[in-house]
Amino acid sequence: MNKIVSKEYLSDRVVKFEVEAPLIAKSRRAGHFVIVRVGKKGERVPYTIADADLKKGTITLVIQKVGKSSQKVCELNTGDYITDIVGPLGKATHIENFGTVVCAGGGVGIAPMLPIMKAMKETGNKVISVLGARTKELIILEEQVREHSDEVIIMTDDGSYGEKGLITNGVEKVILREKVDMCVTIGPAIMMKFVSELTKKYDVPTVASLNTIMVDGTGMCGACRVTVGGQTRFVCVDGPEFDAHQVDFNEMLMRLKAYDR
Amino acid sequence: IAIPRVKMPEVDPAVRSRTYDEVNLGLTPELAANESHRCLDCVDPTCITGCPVEINIPKFIKNIERGEFLEAAKTLKETSALPAVCGRVCPQERQCESQCFYTLKLKKEPVAIGHLERFAADYERMSGNISIPETAPTNGIKIAVVGSGPAGLAFAGDMVKLGYDVTVFEALHELGGVLRYGIPEFRLPNEIVDIEIDGLKKMGVKFVTNCIVGKTISQEDLKAEGFKGIFVGSGAGLPNFMNIPGENLIGIMSCNEYLTRVNLMQAADPDSDTPVYKGKKVAVVGGGNTAMDAVRTARRLGAERAMIVYRRSEEEMPARVEEIKHAKEEGIEFYTLHNPIRYEGDEQGHVQRMLLQRMELGAPDQSGRRRPVAIEGDTTWLEVDEVIVSVGVSPNPLIPQSFDGMEVTSWGTIVVNSDTMQTADEMIFAGGDIVRGGATVILAMGDGRKAAKAMHQYLKGDQVEK
Ligand SMILES: Cc1cc2nc3c(=O)[nH]c(=O)nc-3n(C[C@H](O)[C@H](O)[C@H](O)COP(=O)(O)OP(=O)(O)OC[C@H]3O[C@@H](n4cnc5c(N)ncnc54)[C@H](O)[C@@H]3O)c2cc1C
Ligand SMILES: Cc1cc2nc3c(=O)[nH]c(=O)nc-3n(C[C@H](O)[C@H](O)[C@H](O)COP(=O)(O)OP(=O)(O)OC[C@H]3O[C@@H](n4cnc5c(N)ncnc54)[C@H](O)[C@@H]3O)c2cc1C
Ligand code: SF4
Ligand code: SF4
Ligand code: FES
Repeated sequence: MNKIVSKEYLSDRVVKFEVEAPLIAKSRRAGHFVIVRVGKKGERVPYTIADADLKKGTITLVIQKVGKSSQKVCELNTGDYITDIVGPLGKATHIENFGTVVCAGGGVGIAPMLPIMKAMKETGNKVISVLGARTKELIILEEQVREHSDEVIIMTDDGSYGEKGLITNGVEKVILREKVDMCVTIGPAIMMKFVSELTKKYDVPTVASLNTIMVDGTGMCGACRVTVGGQTRFVCVDGPEFDAHQVDFNEMLMRLKAYDR
Repeated sequence: IAIPRVKMPEVDPAVRSRTYDEVNLGLTPELAANESHRCLDCVDPTCITGCPVEINIPKFIKNIERGEFLEAAKTLKETSALPAVCGRVCPQERQCESQCFYTLKLKKEPVAIGHLERFAADYERMSGNISIPETAPTNGIKIAVVGSGPAGLAFAGDMVKLGYDVTVFEALHELGGVLRYGIPEFRLPNEIVDIEIDGLKKMGVKFVTNCIVGKTISQEDLKAEGFKGIFVGSGAGLPNFMNIPGENLIGIMSCNEYLTRVNLMQAADPDSDTPVYKGKKVAVVGGGNTAMDAVRTARRLGAERAMIVYRRSEEEMPARVEEIKHAKEEGIEFYTLHNPIRYEGDEQGHVQRMLLQRMELGAPDQSGRRRPVAIEGDTTWLEVDEVIVSVGVSPNPLIPQSFDGMEVTSWGTIVVNSDTMQTADEMIFAGGDIVRGGATVILAMGDGRKAAKAMHQYLKGDQVEK
């Protein structure tokens, strides 16, 4: 049982929680995630650790209401308890001084991008963040992103904020303008697929953080498997980050629909 | 006149293949007493040599014969930590019963040792007179256990009896390891596992769920918190796949995923948020206990055709004989000497059919089993809408990867001294599937007990020196 110490709406559908989890706060690093279960009948669902506060012993989760399980978490309030949280899971992001790093975050993917931006910046990289969403309300955490980026480009599908266009347009603009050494992309699978296709064209090394279906999150079930470079890998233990150019996104998109209801 | 071996009363196959209730009903006191007369109380009870933990079999059976059922249970508990579990799931036909005088010398059916063991343990539980074993006064020495499967539980039980301050860390949100998430309710009701764990709690064992040693807390954290000994019973929970084309189609999953969804997450319950496929034509690839559990589960979830696809013949199947028998009674179809080589799906990527290679048996391999060889060109398609891959598991790599000083084999198992279960790091002991790479409940328990004894020795020695 983990107590929720604060809850904040970042948009209509996106909620930020701070949750007591001192052991996880202590051992987590950028890129790690947790598995959350709400209620005795609840399912195990993965969420990225967006931040942690060692002094308070809390971790931050940013959760978008999609279906039943994410809704269930988002209905909880400050003072309520989350039934189970386990982690930190997955491999931490590989951080080094690459030079110029583009962080391409779409929708709720902006939240898990934050700790990566921060770590990249602290290691001396020039960080250019490209945020994409359908419309203005869905651009979350802009202020924090600005804090950890040298430049922020915002793209909305409907042009209601920043520039009108897709996230790929924003990324391409940067690549055409200057040398980009590394791209990190987190967001809906379809967005990561297109970012990956783009950066492949320009030979920019790219890492994608995959959000497959999971059960245990510790390598025990294989529900999270993806094909990377022709080989089956488990996202929860071998990932969640992989060389995007090697990922079979079409298979991943197909597998994500396994339990659509 | 010779008494025939007792028959375990069972729920009718037509009824049970629709429910999750336990298949075996257990012996009545009359049946048990009758069966106990068969035991000849041999001077040299060879049956004991067949039991990995050397239960005093004639002693407990003679207690049953005298009608002292609680005494029988006590005898079992002298050596076995979980008799109600082992009486149900031990492969007796390969262990104790294979060494019974009846089997060896009389060429007759052995005494039903497993059924009697289950009877005595159940009798004690249902009588409400469960004896909580006495524990030595606490010595305040902190011991950590990684994993709450049979190895970890058996270890914890023995250590708490010796007075140690024992904490079991479990990665999942429930306790019991494979006993919880793997073996289904119709073979091992959860209630039985719960009662055993409650017993340990009453004896003072502490349990911490949702805690992955090596991730949530590190080896250094454990040392810093004053743990003086660590037992690793982290199991062999990693599923193997066959890496054949189409294996990542929707509807194809590992046995672990399938059984975890149904057993741990209760996905068959309509109120549960966790979904599970309820295929109509389900193929399970493999011939072990895990495969039998999966295929019988699929039947219970409404499969019209529930099929075993196995590359050797029935004789080579590693599953317990009783499970194979039960599966057949429940209408499971057996495609033996067939091996999948490819899957194909529909436009949505959902599996539709599998290509099977027909096999024949060649010369025996290292394991002594005859090696299956493909019959060139002889293949056949099988229509399926769900496939469960149950072709073995690998050791959980978490502890070997995150602990310093572990010696690991090329299979990924932890190397231990087989007498003491001590690893290369002298404060760390290990046992069960993480050492054996996939074995049985009773062997895992036996390891836990051996490790407890040896760790006690080691810690005592340590104290004397200081
Ligand atoms: C490593 C990782 C990190 C993630 N981080 C975040 C994050 O920080 N914020 C965020 O909002 N989302 C994150 N996700 C996505 C999130 O886990 C779920 O996909 C999302 O909440 C959908 O669940 P749902 O039941 O609400 O949605 P639905 O669309 O209703 O899901 C339908 C069904 O599909 C299955 N399902 C779908 N996705 C998953 C999943 N990932 N695990 C288990 N079952 C699933 C479930 O059975 C579910 O009932 C992450 C995913 C991964 C793998
Ligand atoms: C479906 C199925 C059916 C079976 N049927 C039979 C049968 O009929 N008879 C029989 O004798 N045997 C059977 N077996 C085999 C038997 O269950 C195993 O040999 C036995 O459970 C091994 O026990 P263990 O304690 O070593 O590990 P497990 O039971 O695997 O338990 C290990 C536990 O450790 C936890 N863990 C792992 N890593 C960590 C970590 N880093 N931190 C914290 N916790 C961790 C896991 O979550 C798990 O709960 C079956 C196995 C399966 C899968
Ligand atoms: S524990 Fe298993 S092997 Fe030993 S006597 Fe009991 S059933 Fe037989
Ligand atoms: S060998 Fe068979 S008959 Fe003899 S003591 Fe053991 S169980 Fe009884
Ligand atoms: S979630 Fe089960 S193996 Fe990755």
